[in-house]
Amino acid sequence: MLEVKHLSYQVMENGSMRRLVDDVSFCVNDGEMLVITGPNGGGKSTIAKLLMGIEKADSGEILLDGQELLAMNVDERAKAGIGYAFQQPPAFKGMTVERLLNLAAGEPLSEAACCELLSSVGMCAREYLKREADATLSGGERKRIEIATVLARSHKICVFDEPEAGIDLWSFSMLVDQFERIHEKKQESLLLISHQERIIRMADRILVVNDGRIQESGSREEMLPKLFPEDSGCACRNENAGREDGNCECENGCSR
Amino acid sequence: MNVKTDAADRVLKVIDKPVAEQKGAYNVRYNGQSLCYGDSEHIKIRRKEDKQGIDVYIDKDAGGEQIHIPVVVSVPGMTDIVYNDFYVEPGAEVVIVAGCGIHNSGCDSARHDGIHAFHIGQGANVRYEEKHYGEGEGSGERILNPVTKIYMEEDAVFTLDTAQIRGVDSTVRETEVVMAAGARLQVTERLMTHDSQKAVSNMEIQMNGDGSSAQIISRSVAKGSSIQTFHPKAVGNAGCHAHIQCDSIIMDQAEVCSIPEINARHIDAQIIHEAAIGRINDEQLLKLRSLGLTEEEAEAVIIENFLR
Repeated sequence: MLEVKHLSYQVMENGSMRRLVDDVSFCVNDGEMLVITGPNGGGKSTIAKLLMGIEKADSGEILLDGQELLAMNVDERAKAGIGYAFQQPPAFKGMTVERLLNLAAGEPLSEAACCELLSSVGMCAREYLKREADATLSGGERKRIEIATVLARSHKICVFDEPEAGIDLWSFSMLVDQFERIHEKKQESLLLISHQERIIRMADRILVVNDGRIQESGSREEMLPKLFPEDSGCACRNENAGREDGNCECENGCSR
Repeated sequence: MNVKTDAADRVLKVIDKPVAEQKGAYNVRYNGQSLCYGDSEHIKIRRKEDKQGIDVYIDKDAGGEQIHIPVVVSVPGMTDIVYNDFYVEPGAEVVIVAGCGIHNSGCDSARHDGIHAFHIGQGANVRYEEKHYGEGEGSGERILNPVTKIYMEEDAVFTLDTAQIRGVDSTVRETEVVMAAGARLQVTERLMTHDSQKAVSNMEIQMNGDGSSAQIISRSVAKGSSIQTFHPKAVGNAGCHAHIQCDSIIMDQAEVCSIPEINARHIDAQIIHEAAIGRINDEQLLKLRSLGLTEEEAEAVIIENFLR
C-alpha cells in the first residue's frame, strides 16, 4: 500500500514562495487503481514527481508497504517498487528501442518478449525494435515506448503521468485495455494522472486536485456523477441551466 | 628480435579480435614490422619497397570479403610511420578492418602514423572500419595520427567507420575525400577522450561529380580536462547532397570545439550542417534512474549508446 501523508512542496517564484503541493494526503491500496484528475497546473504531475523523487518534497511522508521513501533518491524508489512513466519521455541518441526495453526489464529480454511489450502499446515491433529511441520518433511513438518500459517489469505501484497525452485513438484504446488487464489481476497498484474520461471511469477511487490541494476525493461511484453529471440522469446539459451564474444547481450535486 | 608480448596480444584483441583467426587476407604490423601476412584469392598484399607499408589489390570478385590490417606498438620511444595503399577494382565489394593499439609502459612517447590511400574503382563498395585504443601504466604519451585519403570513381560507395575508444593521449586525424559523379560516402566517427587527452579531426570532402552524396556523423564524449576539435568541411563542386552532423557530450572540465564548414560552388549543391555540444541530458538520467540504474550506471549507459 502507498500512503501519502501531509505532502507539501513549494518553489520560489518571482521572489516569493509558491506552494505547488499543499498538505496532500491519500493512499493507494494494493491492487487499487487511483486516478488523479483536475485542471492543468493544479499540481497533479508535481505530486507524481514527488512520489518518484524527481522533485523533493519539503515535508510529509511517503510510505510504500510501510517503508519510508522520502529520503530515497529516484533509483532507490524504483528498486523499492515504483514504476514511473514520464509525461514527456526523453529521446536517446544511439540507444535502440530494444536496448531501452532490456534496461527497463532489468534483464535480457527475448525478441518475442520485446515484441509483446511493444504490441501491448499498439506498436509493430518489427518496425521499432532496432530503431533508435531518438528524436526521429514522434512524440506519440516515444510516449508508447515509455509506457512499454514501465510494463517491462512488475512493480508494487505504477505511476503514469497523463498516459493519453500525444497518443492516437487506436493506441489509446489498446493502452486502456492494458490498464484494465493490470487492474483485473490486482497484482500491481496503479496511479494515473489523467484528464481522459475513459481512464477516469476505470478508477476505483478518484482525486480531484486543484491549486495544489485535494479538492474532492471519493470512490468511483461517488465521484463520477460529480464529474460527469449526465451519468446521474441530470438533464441540465444547458450550461446556463439552474443558476444565473451558469453553474448548475441540480439535486444530483452536479458541480459544473 | 620482435617478440609479441601478452600486452600486445591483449591490445590486438581489443582493436581486431577476428584477426587472431587469420582467415582470408591479413597483415599484422607489430612495432614497426610486418609480423605476418597472407593473401586470399581475391585480395593480394604486396610490401612496399621504397618505404614502410603495403599495397593491397582487391579484385572485382572479392564479394564482400574481409581484410584485416591491425597495428600494435608496444615500445616506448618508438615512432612508427606506415604507408598503406588500397586499389579496389571497379565493382568489387570489400570490408577493410584496420586499427591501431598502443601499449606504453615507459616514460617516452609511443606513436603510430598510419597513412592510408584508397583508390576506389567505379561502382565498387568499400567498408573501412578503424578502431584506435591505448593503454599502459607508463607516463609516456600514446599518440596516433591517422591520415586517410579516399579517391572515389563514379558510383563508388565508401563507408568509413572510425572509433577511438580510450587511452589515446594525442591524435590528429586528417581525412580527405574526392568524389566523382554518383559516388556515395558515409562517415561515422566516434571519439572518447579523458584526462588531459587532445584530439583533432580535420576532414575535407570534395564532391566533384553530379549526384554525389555524403553523410558525416560525428559523435564524441569529452571527459576530464580533455580537448577535442572537429573541423569537417564539405565542398560541393557539382549537383550534390551532403549532411554533416556533429554531436558532443561534454563533461567535467573538458573543452569541445566544433567547426563544421560547408562550401557550395554549384547552384545544385545542397549541403547541411548541424552541430550540438552539451552535457548529459538530465531527463535521460532521470529516465534511466527511474528504471533502477544508479546515476553512475545511467551515465555510463548513455555514453555507451551515444558512441555505439
